[in-house]
Formats: sequence, structure tokens, C-alpha cells
Amino acid sequence: MSFTKLTASVIAIAAVAGAAQSQSRDQVQIAGSSTVLPYASIVAEAFGENTDFPTPVVESGGSSSGLRRFCEGVGINTIDIANASRGIREKEIAACAANGVTDIIEVRIGYDGIVFASQIDGPAYDAFTPSDWFNALAPKVVVDGELVENPHTQWADFNADLPAEDILAFIPGTKHGTREVFEEKVIAAGCEATGAFEAMMAAGMSEDDAEDACLEVRTDGRSVDIDGDYTETLARIDANANGIGVFGLAFYENNTDKLKVATMSGVVPSTESIATGEYPVSRPLYFYIKKAHIGVIPGLKLYAQFFMADEIAGPDGPLASYGLVSDPELADTQAMIEAEGTL
Amino acid sequence: MTDATTPTPKRASLLAVDERTRKRNAAEARFKIYGIVAICVGVLSLVVLLAAILSNGIPAFQRTVVQVPVTVTQEQYDAAESTLFKTKEYEGLFVAALSAELTSAGIEADISSGALERLVGKVGNNLRQFYTANEVQLGQEVLFEVPAASRIDRYFKGTLAVENITADNRFIQPQDLDVAEAMKDAGLMATVFDWNFITGVDTGVDNPGGAGIGASVLGSLLMMFVVLFLALPIGVAASIYLEEFAPKNRLTDFIEVNISNLAAVPSIVFGILGLAVFIQYMHLPQSAPLVGGFVLTLMTLPTIIISTRASLKSVPPSIRDAALGVGASKMQAVFHHVLPLAAPGILTGTIIGLAQALGETAPLLLIGMVGFVARYPETFLGGLEGPNSALPAQIYNWVSRSDAVFTEKAWGGIIILLIFLLTMNIIAILLRRRFERRW
Repeated sequence: MSFTKLTASVIAIAAVAGAAQSQSRDQVQIAGSSTVLPYASIVAEAFGENTDFPTPVVESGGSSSGLRRFCEGVGINTIDIANASRGIREKEIAACAANGVTDIIEVRIGYDGIVFASQIDGPAYDAFTPSDWFNALAPKVVVDGELVENPHTQWADFNADLPAEDILAFIPGTKHGTREVFEEKVIAAGCEATGAFEAMMAAGMSEDDAEDACLEVRTDGRSVDIDGDYTETLARIDANANGIGVFGLAFYENNTDKLKVATMSGVVPSTESIATGEYPVSRPLYFYIKKAHIGVIPGLKLYAQFFMADEIAGPDGPLASYGLVSDPELADTQAMIEAEGTL
Repeated sequence: MTDATTPTPKRASLLAVDERTRKRNAAEARFKIYGIVAICVGVLSLVVLLAAILSNGIPAFQRTVVQVPVTVTQEQYDAAESTLFKTKEYEGLFVAALSAELTSAGIEADISSGALERLVGKVGNNLRQFYTANEVQLGQEVLFEVPAASRIDRYFKGTLAVENITADNRFIQPQDLDVAEAMKDAGLMATVFDWNFITGVDTGVDNPGGAGIGASVLGSLLMMFVVLFLALPIGVAASIYLEEFAPKNRLTDFIEVNISNLAAVPSIVFGILGLAVFIQYMHLPQSAPLVGGFVLTLMTLPTIIISTRASLKSVPPSIRDAALGVGASKMQAVFHHVLPLAAPGILTGTIIGLAQALGETAPLLLIGMVGFVARYPETFLGGLEGPNSALPAQIYNWVSRSDAVFTEKAWGGIIILLIFLLTMNIIAILLRRRFERRW
């Protein structure tokens, strides 16, 4: 009976595969930071609804993995845009260039705050400073002027104002751009403020080594890396009343019925305090466009222009109402996209 | 001497139970209890699981809607269409209509502070799609039924922690809930069955009320189509050859062992393989059901080959011998007699393999099928090679979003996935019952 039929269907499928290979792509493809993903999905939906172009496809997976895929090369089987919650690094630009991705357009979307939140009914983690976080999470801290293995087991051990609860922090994993900001703005700042940096230098470390040593976190289970997204952190906070987690401001604002937020250096995180620069732990969000794909992938440049239009990324747009702090220099960014200015 | 001193074994009474029999009986009774306990644990966890899924997922099939008659004039339409963010303009038109409706119903709401925007979800696209398709309705009154805001939806479903709402909350304020209650009493708000959840596409994170699972169901079906049309012929051909024609030697033994090994390979490995071979080497498109289907085919093949070989083996040799005896060629014997008799077993194995593939998420992560894909494909071919989501990937995606309504929808998605799996397994059982022959 069917041997010929079977063979025919196998060949048909193979033909489809062949056709797919040679066809072009009609939708923008985006990957990268899970912090940027919500904003990108809002814009992608609105872009599909308001223009004749199909809705772009947005994947997440972290800034680093997005930029790695971005740098894989030029062509329709590579992504057009990488979302990132940190700036692109020199070595990533070099990796891009090695694969022929040379003209990269950097677009700053706006700013996002990083907040420290805990269970709404949990212990009173109300006010932190970078020093508290360094004392809680660093493998080596300064006690009585000496650099020693971190002896702290409870927050109250180093700051009597904090609750006498076991230290348990859920911080973003190393593949997240949020981690870099957390290290730079909180841990490194705490390292300097507690005098650990000086103590390390005094102990004979070079400046670079001391800076690296500052960013390390203890590995005895009191600091837990979360490689998933904020929902995972939320689930861990739900299960551990004494836990405290690192969230994006927008995520926290969406879950104020489950989480309470702590101040950092006395400032309450909000879109206003981030916009003014008062709240110390904020970072810019970016996306990167492959210039070589403009004109090849329909709607790519228009997507970027739509994203950064006043109606979308401005202070009254849907991104701001979801929790993005809009960029005061939006007009410059718009002009830069128009001129396709590369890095 | 020794013989004489050996005591004759005491014959136990058949009516009285001796010590050893009692022990053996006790052991048997204990084993039965273990078995019953094991079954109870299994049934209990199934009940807990199903109860959790149903109680969390059933609300996803309902949504709170705002029902308001809207009149859009030609001028308003032209004005909205000339802007960049058109759906925002339509949202404004809807909110204005709602405001008028509230005034006429005598409900007091603070319109200036954006209270009405907090009540309704993202409705702009509902209006825009309607009017661009039905321009003749411009200037006439049309009753729109659009999703309410996610927090209002959760409030009516009883999943919103009302006591934790503070006045500085941007998404909802305590007095909004009173307005919502009044609207419900006035018939402007209702909780209805959410067809859009079954037929709709994914939406952005700020529009949970409009999100549907339809497009990802279609994506999964397209993948299953690819798997069926690749894995079934390849699997059956391979097993017929191995079972009926192949010589028994070291090489075929080696192949057999490795097919069994492949069946136990974790699915993520096939995902990595798919990424390396299909996307990076063959340059097939990312996020496409075609590639997803290829990867899942690799995963399903061993299952199909093993079950096909088992059912070929279970056909008695007398059938083959009889066919060969009356002069049929080996191929005729296989295709005219053995294969039809083995077909129910082959189909059962295939369906179970497909059901396994349907629920698979890990390999899809790697080939980019876990992303934001918010559209239906336009053509069948476009659906195969264009980006699409899949059911389990969509569920995974929704769970990671911050709005709790998406989590609820994820549970709803699990119910849909379970319905598919159950249907496939029932079909497999029916086929086996109906057609299987025993010798």
C-alpha cells in the first residue's frame, strides 16, 4: 500500500524544510534581558496592533545570553535586537566584530530601579544601607578593624536597627544584568563604606584584585543566586519569612499586596526618586539594534522609533505606567535612531 | 538406629494453623496493606494535584468584562487613525463613553484622577479592530464587551488581597472597588465565560485580560503534525526492517541497544542538538514549529520504534509462515498480513509518544519557542516555518509574569494541556480495546 505514500510525505516535509531555509523573515526577532522583556512585550503588542507589521517575537533569557546570540552574526537566522539591562561590554563588542556584527545601534530605553523587598507580614526589613548588604553577604568583612571571615549570621549582628533574623538573601544570578548593578551600586559601595576595600589594599592586594574581591558573595548558603526571573524570587520569599529578595521596581509595584519594600540609604524607591537620581540603586535599560538588518527585516527601524516615541516611552506612556522611569534625554535618543547612529 | 530415633514428623491438623503458616499468612496480609497504602498515596497525590489544578485553573476560563455602548464618529475615527499610538486614542473614546454611562447610571466616580483607566483593561485594540473592519458602524451605537482591569478581575474572583491595597498603589485604589461593585449592580460589569482565553493570542504584560492560549495550541498542533508525519513513517520503516529483514549480527545488535538508550536520553539533549544542527548549522528559522517538530521527532522516534517492534513481535510466526507458504514474497507477507495485525499496537505507541512530545518544554526552550509570540499564522506553511509558541512554553512564559492573572491563566493552560493529553490517551486505549487481537 503505502510505501510510496510514506516516501512521498517524507519528501514533502523535507521540501518544506528546504523552502523555510530560503525564505526571508517578516517579523522582528528580539532576545535578551528578562528585566526588559515586559517592556518589550508591551511595545511589541502595541506595535502589532498599531502598524501593518506583524508583532515582533521577544524571547528572554538574560542580558548576557541575548547579547551572545546577537553577536552570532548577520543574517535572517540571527536576532535583530538584543535587550539588555546593562551596557554592552567591550569584549562583547569584540566578539560581535569577530562575527561580522560591526554596526550596532545602542538605544537607552529608560531607567529601572532595583528594590529590596521581603514578605509583607515578615520581619521589619525597613531600612538598609550598602554597608548592611556588604556585611551580610561578603565572604570577608571588617570586624573591629580586622579583615576576617564573615562571622555574621543575623542582620542584627552588625546593625542593631535591623531585625535579629537569620541572613537569607535571594540575589539575581550572574547571567542577569541586574546582578552587575547590584554588585556595583550595593556590594562595592558597601565594600568601600565599611573599610573592607582599604583593609584589602593594606593586606597587599592590588587595586584590581581588591575590586574583584569586593564583589564576591559568601557561599555558605545565606546568599542564594536566583537564575530564573523575579517570580522565582517571589516564590522563595513566600516560602522563607526571613528572606529578602532583589526585585525590579516594576515587579514590586505589581505585587505590593505580597511584598514590602525597604529603603536604601534612607530613600524610598519610586519612579520619582529614581528619576531624580536620589534612590541610589538604579540602572539604565538598553536595546541594541543590528544596523545591517535595517532594510532587510521589515519594520525593524520603525519598531525602534515606535518604542522610543513620546507616546510609548515618554512619562505618560504605557511603559512608564508599568514601572519604567522614562529617560529625560528621550529626544536625543529619537534623533539618534533617526540618524542610525552606531556605537 | 538413627532411623529409629528420628521422630515421625508430627502431622499438623488441617484445621489448626501452625506457626509457619501463620507467619506466611501474616506476611501476605502485610504485603497487601503495603500495596493498599501505596495505592492510597498515589491516589491521594493525584487528587491533591487535580484539585490544585482545577481550583487554580477554573477561574482562568472566566473574566470580568465591562459592557458599555460606544458611539465613534467618523471624525473621531479619522483623528485616532492619524496618530502614532492609535489604540490609546480608542481607549480614551471608550473611557469617555464609560464616563457618560456612569453619570447616567448615577454612579459617582472621580473621573479626573484616572480612576476609569484603572477600571478597564487595555481595550483600544478591541475598538480599533472592530472599526477598521466595520467602518459602516461609525456614528452608530455599538455595545462593546471588553476586559476589565486585572485587579478588578481578581477582586471579583476573590483572589485580590483587598486589605493590602494602599492609597499609593498605582494600579488600584480602595475606592475603585466600590465603583466596580456599583457598576456590577448597574449591569455595566459582569463576569462571563472567557472565550478569548481559548481562541486568543498572547498579550503584553500590561494586558492580562486579553491573553489567550489559542495560538499556542495551534503551534503545538502544528508540531504534532510534523512529528506524526516524520516519526511515524521513519519509525515504522526502521522497525519493520530491523524486525523482519535485518540480519542478526553485531551491527544490528548495536543499533538495537542504542535505540533503547536513545529512549532514555533527557529531552534537553535533543534541544541542544536541535539548536546546533537545525538552527546553527542548517539555518532553519528560530521559534518555528517546524524545527520544534524536528526536535520532538528525534525524541519520539525511539518510543515509536520500540512499541512498533513489540507489536510486530507479538504477531504469531504462523501468520508469516502461512503467507510465505502460499508463495507471498517477504515484503507481501509483512505489508499484507503482519503490519495490519500490528497496526493497533503501533498506533497506540505513536499516540503515547505524541502525548509525551506535546507536554515537552525543555527542548523548546533552546530553539526559541519560549518567547512572546502574539499572533496566529496566516497560512499553514507560514505557521510551520514562522515563529509560534507551544502550549507548555506558553504556560512557562505566563508563570514568570508579575501580574497574578497570568499565573491564573497558566493554570488554565495546564487544564487545556491535560484535556489534550487525556483525549490522546483515551483514543489510544479505545484503539487498543477495539482492534487488538490476542493469540
